[in-house]
Amino acid sequence: MAYPAGFKYTKDHEWIDLSGDRGKVGITDYAQQQLGDVVYVELPEVGAKLKQGQSFGTIESVKAVSELYSPVTGEIVEVNTALKDKPETINSDPHASWMVIIKLTQPAEAGALLDATQYQDLVK
Amino acid sequence: MEQTIAALKKTPLNARHRASGARMVPFAGWDMPVEYSGITAEHLAVRERAGLFDVSHMGEIEIAGKDALAAVQRISSNDASRLAVGQAQYSGLLTPEGTFVDDLLVYRQGPSHFMLVVNAGNIAADYAWIADGIKPAGDAVAVDASSRYALIAIQGPAAQAILQTLTAIDLASIKYYWFTHGEVANVRATVSRTGYTGEDGFEIFVPPQSADKVWLALMQAGEAQGILPCGLGARDTLRLEAGMRLHGNDIDTTTTALEADLGWIVGWKKEDFTGAAALRAQKAAGVTRKIVGFEMLERGIARHGYDAYIGDEKVGVVTSGTQTPYLKKSIGMGYLPAEHTTAGGEFDVDIRGRRTRARIVAMPFYKRKA
Repeated sequence: MAYPAGFKYTKDHEWIDLSGDRGKVGITDYAQQQLGDVVYVELPEVGAKLKQGQSFGTIESVKAVSELYSPVTGEIVEVNTALKDKPETINSDPHASWMVIIKLTQPAEAGALLDATQYQDLVK
Repeated sequence: MEQTIAALKKTPLNARHRASGARMVPFAGWDMPVEYSGITAEHLAVRERAGLFDVSHMGEIEIAGKDALAAVQRISSNDASRLAVGQAQYSGLLTPEGTFVDDLLVYRQGPSHFMLVVNAGNIAADYAWIADGIKPAGDAVAVDASSRYALIAIQGPAAQAILQTLTAIDLASIKYYWFTHGEVANVRATVSRTGYTGEDGFEIFVPPQSADKVWLALMQAGEAQGILPCGLGARDTLRLEAGMRLHGNDIDTTTTALEADLGWIVGWKKEDFTGAAALRAQKAAGVTRKIVGFEMLERGIARHGYDAYIGDEKVGVVTSGTQTPYLKKSIGMGYLPAEHTTAGGEFDVDIRGRRTRARIVAMPFYKRKA
């Protein structure tokens, strides 16, 4: 699966799709492959404030539980509650399965994240 | 890290797994496939069609000699005198306290020849325990024969039809927990109607050098029925759905056969065996805690080691838990106080700080149609 060129990526295998001062956040195709069948996602409430690298939730597969880390500092403005009932879409379409939308309070952080090419090299 | 990987043991099918694109993980000192196409797909293949497992990491310890039966009777909990030649039984290797050094299958190969199939991580410890334990029995010797066998399991409703195309053995005549010798894909084999999935199927012991040939033949023979190679991940979800205990998770040296609700593998009528006195005393007094099966009433998976609560009181522990691909429920096993083990009773599991409701249900969670 191709990694969208417009996204930014973290070494912890999250992606962020930026639009103005907001960004949709999810996990990468590589991450979902490593996790295997996802059965549960625990996401924060709207209004939660996060620092870059802070855990914003957990994702659970049949095999294991993993933390989800925020790529940037900011505030949760929207949560994809549909994932609660259909967590398996993270496996089938990871780059469309956004989990939260974060309003960035330190937009400069995003510039330091990996681009698609750098991320692809990381997971090669 | 790399040193650790180099030190891992490899089954004769290791290269096959890697060539087939399996995800490999270290398990009990072995480099083993955890999944090929995915736990869910593999699990469903076994429930609905057939799955193929490499379980060559399991150990085989043989006991032979004039007093072999007496030796096996001493060191294993079940009554091996009830086995005919060609029959197998589930049993325990117990401590004097009646707890589990390991669980195992005992195969009666001959009147005075037994084969014990033990868990991969326990082979060395089991062998030492057995060699020491059988000394008083007289003329019997134990041999760790693990390296002489590869073990392939074919499991699922189509297992018999697939395997039958590769052997002259009349598989329909092998009853559950019986075995016979013959050839599979022109390879000398012992074929046993056993498994760890809750499904019908066979376990096939073959010489290590022929394992790949048998594996490929089975994959090819099962292609039309949709056979899938399966890893340890599906093996675990399948055995849990079938209510089967996993040594190291659900039973170990801290849990007795009675607490694990495995009184049926204790030969109560046998004169003496390791653990007998403790188990008889516990049976008379009654257990204070017991294993239960449960399903989660709220989202989340209760995993090994999570605490169980009734109200604010910590009362027990989860020993296994998973989301089952077939029943599509979050289920598990754990130990609770004996007075709180009635089906329908509820308790909470602490899932990473979140109290999550669970209900006790009868095991097995899944039972195949006869």
